[in-house]
Amino acid sequence: MIYVENKDLVIPGQVLADDEYYSGRGTFKENGKVCSSLIGLVSLRNKKIRVIPLKSKYVPKKGDVVIGKINDVRFSMWDVDINSPYSGILPAFEVFGREKKELNKVYDVGDVLFLRVVDVDEIKKAKLGLKGRGMGKFKGGIIVDIAPTKVPRLIGKKGSMINMIKDKTKCKIVVGQNGLVWVKGDEDMEQLTKNIIHLIEAEAHTSGLTNKIKNKLYLAIDGELPPEENPQEEEEFVLEKPKLQNFKEELEQEEREAEEKAKKENEDKPNIAEVIEELKRKNKKQDNSLSYGDNSNNSFILNNK
Amino acid sequence: MMSEMIREDGRKFDELRPIKIEAGVLERADGSAYLEVGGNKILVAVYGPRESYIRRLLQPNTGVIRCRYNMAPFSVDDRKRPGPDRRSSEISKITADALRPALMLENYPRSMIDIYIEVIEAEGGTRCAGITAASVALVDAGIPMKDIVVGCAAGKVNDEIVLDLSEVEDKEGQADVPIAMMPRTGEITLLQSDGDLTEEEFAKAIDLAMEGCRQVSELQKEALMKRYSTE
Amino acid sequence: MDIVPEITRQSITNLVKNDKREDGRGLTEYRDVSIETNVISKAEGSARVKLGGTQVIVGIKPQLGSPFPDTPDLGVLMTNCEMLPMADPNFEPGPPSDDSIELARVVDRGIRESELVELDKLCVEEGKHVWMLFIDLHIIDNCGNLFDACELAVMAALKSTKLPVATIEDEEVVLSEDETFDLPINNELALCTFVKIGDKMVIDPTLDEERVASARLNVGVTKDGHICSMQKGGQEPLTKDEILYCVNTAVTKVKELIEYL
Repeated sequence: MIYVENKDLVIPGQVLADDEYYSGRGTFKENGKVCSSLIGLVSLRNKKIRVIPLKSKYVPKKGDVVIGKINDVRFSMWDVDINSPYSGILPAFEVFGREKKELNKVYDVGDVLFLRVVDVDEIKKAKLGLKGRGMGKFKGGIIVDIAPTKVPRLIGKKGSMINMIKDKTKCKIVVGQNGLVWVKGDEDMEQLTKNIIHLIEAEAHTSGLTNKIKNKLYLAIDGELPPEENPQEEEEFVLEKPKLQNFKEELEQEEREAEEKAKKENEDKPNIAEVIEELKRKNKKQDNSLSYGDNSNNSFILNNK
Repeated sequence: MMSEMIREDGRKFDELRPIKIEAGVLERADGSAYLEVGGNKILVAVYGPRESYIRRLLQPNTGVIRCRYNMAPFSVDDRKRPGPDRRSSEISKITADALRPALMLENYPRSMIDIYIEVIEAEGGTRCAGITAASVALVDAGIPMKDIVVGCAAGKVNDEIVLDLSEVEDKEGQADVPIAMMPRTGEITLLQSDGDLTEEEFAKAIDLAMEGCRQVSELQKEALMKRYSTE
Repeated sequence: MDIVPEITRQSITNLVKNDKREDGRGLTEYRDVSIETNVISKAEGSARVKLGGTQVIVGIKPQLGSPFPDTPDLGVLMTNCEMLPMADPNFEPGPPSDDSIELARVVDRGIRESELVELDKLCVEEGKHVWMLFIDLHIIDNCGNLFDACELAVMAALKSTKLPVATIEDEEVVLSEDETFDLPINNELALCTFVKIGDKMVIDPTLDEERVASARLNVGVTKDGHICSMQKGGQEPLTKDEILYCVNTAVTKVKELIEYL
């Protein structure tokens, strides 16, 4: 016997089904009943019941990509705040290999980085690394903070949502699985993107969200609704964790776009903000190969020695 | 035995005061709730699970909760001095104990959940109201739980066992039995009793308080559904 | 204390440089203000103020007490502020922090120095019995600019305060059970808080703006445009021109704020 339907909103302690069903994530079994342990939406597959949380703190998992903030620089590692009950560490050797460098000259307190969770120890402390495309320090842009459980919705099926936002706002967007999102583009577009992301977060479990967001974007940017298309099939809401695959596609896409953009921008006149950025960069004479998000040629490729 | 006695505020012996519960009322907190019952106004914020620097409180295999019950200076007739006193410290402790059995924190070892209960206005029964509101705030924060703990009191006034004592009844009554329970299983997570009761009266009081809990529980659920349902 | 991400610091600074802000406001624009009074029936005066996401509750409780020896015929005001740990993940439980005391004192100074509460009317018997008003501020949600929210809340609560009529009979103070009088108030006041970001002054800062700001200035102005309290905070200095700009802006903005009372 089952007492709920797929996508029903349920609360902790609510009885979902009898014994013949399997208890998946977000549920537990007690006295022959499957019960929810969370406030969330039912996800029913065959005889397995799960509850997808509407809210939850990020707990680091090996392989995840996250956005983190340097909180402290120590002798051989950085302490990184990854928007979680568990902090992360970025060991110096993950960045330099065997080379000796002064840590705070590379990443200093307050810097924001795109990182990969290399390992999680038994007390859930996350060891972080920079191996992979696009990893490293962000320059410029803004950070938007959303519930980590809403990340899949922000990305959408095969990146449909996030790509639509990127296309329309011409912003670069990087999503961390820990609910932090980096956005960089025109100043006003950054703010618009931030508002759009918050709207998606607030309405993540409503249907027809992609079209709604599309309309908002077009109205805000063009002042008119998008041209009528063949009515798209209503996109199903996605609240399940995307496979890492999506993120890779995400990054590859990101990279292609950035390259194109970089090419274009080299031809265009740079705007003032970028000139200032450029000057700052020149003044600091930092190791650019470790940075991410500026428009210099190979900024997306990490210099792993 | 169940007389038609009318109480000083016009309620029947088994009638709750009017209750209003709202989930998600604060911006900064991870979870929050507001509850009014009779003249009580209670606000609860939950932070966590979060990293804690108070090492000695942490446990290697599970998350821990810390609860702070606090009364606003203006919440009572005679201004209360700000800060904790013996009464509020005790209530903080039993509230944490009342909520703990429902929480499933194995997935959050070495983390801490802070529950802040603020009594903005007090009119009898604040500890139960605080527990009821705290549970809603915990759910709102996305904390995994086996059940939503709910609190309610019964007591003895004019030799009658009645539900949900008001401030006047609490002061003038003969006994007060606040309880908290997990409604799905009926397990009791908080029990206090002060005053004079026969064994029979106590049994009746606990039945009545449990019935009260079940009613309040429905309102907790409604508040959560209202906060998160879309249509 | 929370460390502000460097890129947040940059983006907020750049926005302000272009006269823009992260929530789309202008540099001299307030967030939405809402004020409710008489929210606590057990308090003789009370108010809840929302300023954007910031929320404060204030309750006023009177007590009969002895006057200070140097002002035997004046009532007494005491302002206290609790930055509740519920309001902000960085607020700790425990005795009031320096920030909390500063906040209470700045709010108090405006009320006190504008002399808008007629303290002489709070005297029951000269030298012996006066009303002491305890103004307790409860910060429940901190989304920036607690100062202005608190001052508005106190102002609104004072205006809603009713005290029992007290008389002297046989050298004893007798409080009337049903007769009350409105707390006598002869003026209105609001506080305008500015922070310095880059080289611009910004009114009613959000939390992030506060965190990246280098300096702060609170300006308390009465309805009739008199400046009655000021406080500079923050690590960096301000120029005279910046201060004069703030004062000038505050005189206009206060009129807007007082409309909400």
